[in-house]
Amino acid sequence: MSAMSVMSVVATLLQVVAVLVGAPLVVGGMRQVRARLEGRAGGGVGQPWRDLRKQLRKQQITPLGTTVVFALAPAVVAGTTLLIAAILPLISLGSPLDPAADLFGVVGLLFLGTVALTLAGLDTGTAFGGMGSSREITIAALVEPTILLAVFALSVPGQSANLAAIVAAAADNPGQLVSPGSLLAFVALAIVIIAETGRLPVDNPSTHLELTMIHEAMVLEYAGPRLALVEWASAMRLTVLLGLMANLFLPWGIAGADPSPLGILIGFVVISLKILVLAGALAAGEVFIAKLRYFRVPELLAGSFLLALLAVTASYFFATPTN
Amino acid sequence: MTQAIYNGVLNLAAGAFLLAAVLVVWRREVRAIVRLLAWQGLALAAIPLAEGIYQDDAALIAVGVVVLLLRAVALPLLLARAVGTEAHERRESTPLVNTTTSLLITAALTVLAYAVTRPVIALDPSPATRAVPAAFAVILIAVFVMVSRRQAVSQAVGFMMLDNGIAATAFLITSGVPLIVELGASLDVLFAVLVLGLLTGHMRATFGGTDLDQLRELRG
Repeated sequence: MSAMSVMSVVATLLQVVAVLVGAPLVVGGMRQVRARLEGRAGGGVGQPWRDLRKQLRKQQITPLGTTVVFALAPAVVAGTTLLIAAILPLISLGSPLDPAADLFGVVGLLFLGTVALTLAGLDTGTAFGGMGSSREITIAALVEPTILLAVFALSVPGQSANLAAIVAAAADNPGQLVSPGSLLAFVALAIVIIAETGRLPVDNPSTHLELTMIHEAMVLEYAGPRLALVEWASAMRLTVLLGLMANLFLPWGIAGADPSPLGILIGFVVISLKILVLAGALAAGEVFIAKLRYFRVPELLAGSFLLALLAVTASYFFATPTN
Repeated sequence: MTQAIYNGVLNLAAGAFLLAAVLVVWRREVRAIVRLLAWQGLALAAIPLAEGIYQDDAALIAVGVVVLLLRAVALPLLLARAVGTEAHERRESTPLVNTTTSLLITAALTVLAYAVTRPVIALDPSPATRAVPAAFAVILIAVFVMVSRRQAVSQAVGFMMLDNGIAATAFLITSGVPLIVELGASLDVLFAVLVLGLLTGHMRATFGGTDLDQLRELRG
């Protein structure tokens, strides 16, 4: 590993801080878009931040009979998400952590967060916690291999499983982005990111109806600062996954491996715009669809797994050496 | 037409061809399945058209136009007419294999197609033969659709997909069959669909539905 320049460390720090501060704003923006499209006034873009501040000032409550698993899970989820935010090539390509953690590392970290929350849901011993955990793990078992396969398909042209190398290869050769493999991978990745972050049609993020909820059922016993941490972490997961998708398929504007201050500024503005546009499109799309029946969700995810598999085969077999 | 554009069009057509077959496995609305079949016909027609324009072969372009008219327009229209108007007719009742398993089986069939066609590609590696696995996968998927669906119309769609797959394999391996062969094969399919449409109409008039499993129970 070569000596990392100061600027790439600065870019990574900015990336982590921007995800920390910006994630609740992204969620607030999505809620606002949805509210306006449904004819409501909405709570404003800053509402998630106000909720977080309120919950952080509340008293710490630990339900009777829960163990250290319940207490540590929010920290694990938030920690893994922040680590992912530091690894992903969002603002610049040369994250100092990049050589140590490739695509498999990122998916592993994502799954570690999911498993921590699932165990916490079981730890409470309540019916809802167990039910939510069971549903979440059913979905996660199909989501994680699909994310791996979809990004693997994109890694074939770049000849590397390193995310920065994939993004760099796509930025150098934009023609490969309209190949069948890349298009299939895009659809597959979009479906699994929606499933992973618990958005419609897989899970309804605004429901508290116990028959339908998945993510909310798992975290039902959390209150106060821990609930704030869980919600903050889920907003950050959504933000980093949207950012990953934006840079995999629209890699323009990202700063190079050894960025200048201006490059970092441009990279920051561009990735913020990309995430905001993607989040707005996602929220606008959600207005028109209803939640899928839980038993049909594996169908959707198996379909997206198949699309990812086709993407891999397409990018592996159709790849012609002539171009 | 340059080499790069030809490669791109061929890969895109083969990808769309396979994708349409996968979506037919996924969807249960009979009308949606018929619409997907039309899209698949369009992707199929793009293969001889691209090859014809790339090789400056007027006969191949003529074959492409015939395929386009027949498989993207005429056959789906005929099939759409055969779809019943009642609610239980428009939707495939629970397939014999559930959708999740069907999709995973489709994945396995696709991988199998890639494995089986490796020697064919090794004979003459070119952009066209490299897309043969996609066409071969459609043949396998079509057979699976034919055995796993209950409605007569969806089974007919499986049959058409089978024929599309065979035609695509022929176009990709031999870069164009003689016009007369293609015309003969297409005419066969057209008549098969006409007969299927007639049969479906008669079945509906006699039994009130085209669920083939129930018909077997009636007879036995």
